[in-house]
Amino acid sequence: MKMQRFNWQIWAGFLLTLAAGFSYPLFFVRFPATRGFPWANLLLFGIAAALVGLGLRRAFAPERRRSSKIAGSILATLSVAMIGLFIFAAFVVSRWLPISHGAPQISQKAPDFNLADTSGRMVSLSELLSTPIKGAAPKGVLLIFYRGYW
Amino acid sequence: MRSIEQSLDKFHAAGIRPVAISVDSPEQSRDLSLKAGYTFTFLSDPRAETIRRYDLVHAGAGDKGQDIARPAEFLLDSSGVVRWVNLTENYWVRPRPEQILEAAKALR
Repeated sequence: MKMQRFNWQIWAGFLLTLAAGFSYPLFFVRFPATRGFPWANLLLFGIAAALVGLGLRRAFAPERRRSSKIAGSILATLSVAMIGLFIFAAFVVSRWLPISHGAPQISQKAPDFNLADTSGRMVSLSELLSTPIKGAAPKGVLLIFYRGYW
Repeated sequence: MRSIEQSLDKFHAAGIRPVAISVDSPEQSRDLSLKAGYTFTFLSDPRAETIRRYDLVHAGAGDKGQDIARPAEFLLDSSGVVRWVNLTENYWVRPRPEQILEAAKALR
């Protein structure tokens, strides 16, 4: 039996789907330009899908062994699952947010609060609004509510 | 957070004090700030009382099913009145510092 040549397309495509998925939390999330809409990841997924498609066609060529077809099918399935998972996370799960009707609106006064900072000291909103920034009276405060890292 | 920290000088130059609020404990926020190099104020609302008063509770969304905050940003003027607000519908999408700084130009 003669050696069949390594189907690099299917492996490259599969590894690229992994890279495309994991590079979002590990890298692209850091940049506003690639965070909101993950176009960089979708681009990588597109290239990966093309490679997987080529690899799959090669794996199912008549002269290929059965093991090649099986491996090709498994890698293609995993790649599709990875792409599907990413799209689900990016466009479905990320929108699972409650709608806020009672949040303070423009020209309303923000409710005061008194919360502990990282050293445990209690800080009120009025204090944040009045404590000078670099020697000058603040013009405003930006409140950023975030999910937390638990 | 990262982009806020990177633009912190610009915020301070505009007279704006960024303040982050979550259900994380002061210790968790301190660890995060040390690890990530954040130097602005982090406040802890572990029972989500302030988060509830602002109607920003995402019920049961924490890893142990606890109530946490949905992402939201408010720019207040020096009298505490809201001048700009962002309630994202997708938590991958956050405002860019430039957008906030643009809104801050209207503050006196």
